[in-house]
Amino acid sequence: MSGENNPIAAPLAEVVQKHIPGATGIDALKRLSGGASQEIWSFDAVTPSGAVPLILRRAPGGFRDTGRSGTAVPLETEARLINLAAEVGVPVPPVRHVMTEEDGIGQGFIMDRIPGETLARKILRDEEFAEARPKLARQCGEVLARLHKVDKSKLPPLRVATGRDEVEQYFKTYKELDYPHPVFDLAFRWLRDNAPPDSTELTLVHGDFRNGNLMIGPEGLRAVLDWEIAHVGDPMADLSWICINPWRFGNIDMPVGGFGLREDLFAGYEAAGGGKVDPARIKFWEVLGTLKWGVMCMGMASAFLKGDRSVERATIGRRSSETEVDLMRLLAPLTGKEQ
Amino acid sequence: MQDQPSAIELIEVVGEFIRNHAMPQLKGHTAFHALVAANALDIVKRELEIGPKAGDEEHRRLKALLGKDGSIDALNRELCAKIESGEMTLDTPGLREHLWETTLTKLAIDQPKYSGYRRALEEKA
Repeated sequence: MSGENNPIAAPLAEVVQKHIPGATGIDALKRLSGGASQEIWSFDAVTPSGAVPLILRRAPGGFRDTGRSGTAVPLETEARLINLAAEVGVPVPPVRHVMTEEDGIGQGFIMDRIPGETLARKILRDEEFAEARPKLARQCGEVLARLHKVDKSKLPPLRVATGRDEVEQYFKTYKELDYPHPVFDLAFRWLRDNAPPDSTELTLVHGDFRNGNLMIGPEGLRAVLDWEIAHVGDPMADLSWICINPWRFGNIDMPVGGFGLREDLFAGYEAAGGGKVDPARIKFWEVLGTLKWGVMCMGMASAFLKGDRSVERATIGRRSSETEVDLMRLLAPLTGKEQ
Repeated sequence: MQDQPSAIELIEVVGEFIRNHAMPQLKGHTAFHALVAANALDIVKRELEIGPKAGDEEHRRLKALLGKDGSIDALNRELCAKIESGEMTLDTPGLREHLWETTLTKLAIDQPKYSGYRRALEEKA
């Protein structure tokens, strides 16, 4: 859908004129991607001093229901979290305006469009990012340390999930999908036996900190995007999720997102005041993260069988076996040395 | 007995058609989905080649592990229940080997280029 004939173009232009200083209208409106729980639009605010690059994040059709199996936060909450993250020095796209009812656009907010690259394929291979790659793991650690220090008393209402809560949530999904994966049962059993203690201190957790949600420039990390599954949980979860093998895109010996080493991630985290990294909890979350991706692949197969005739969805169903080999390497290593 | 070409040969030629003739004429998402479709055919081809024998072996191992007969689906479900309850663990004789063997077979069919699979093969050697 392009800009001119789009029903949101006129109300958006009006909002922009009201809330972006000097703006006279909008230009180059285009839909970037669509998910079940969010629309992302790119556009420019036209001002006498030039175009201001912006992004509109909006609920599909203007209103969000439960989204990602009920875990997505409302867009107003997402905007609030981005502001809180900015206050503690996490690089984020500044929020310019949160939609109100009178704007006529539904739920959503406008933020700056930060230039850069999110595609792992390019970040991990292109010459343009050669100098950024060795710095990224440490930068990710530093940024996560700051993110985890957001004052909890300032947080909007958020889902609270301990490690044990997440294990049980995914176990329920796995059982509902009703297809036997003995390796997944092995992992669930291990996770129940090795869950972090209930006394583990919980913090704000991004929840989806990985390639794809990190805007990278030639000099390094520019912005942390997509705060929609942020919640209160074990901070070690964010340090592990970016290390699961699927996010390494083939660079198996670069555990952090395919670009860096855990040592650098953890050193950055501890140096920036993130507290001591706990290897036992790191492993728990790596096993759980890997298993989560496996259960999500099963969900794709299920959606396909229920009538979503996408060839992509069908084949992703066959990728749960990738997570099984990763889980076996974590839990029953062939070398006698745990990964 | 069916006539020639074999099912595997038919799948190969359809894959070649998609990659060499159809894809170059397609754009954007459709081109991407054509590649995904060709990759799906590769899975089918490998399953036809590897699946029957590997499936028989998995079934035989399951019967031995659980000490009973039943369909491969029923025995896998029973194995899941015993692992979930803690009745069977990695220390149960044969379980670790069974899970590794089954997992490596699945990857040999689904995604033999996957980094974790290739690394596991090196570690096994």
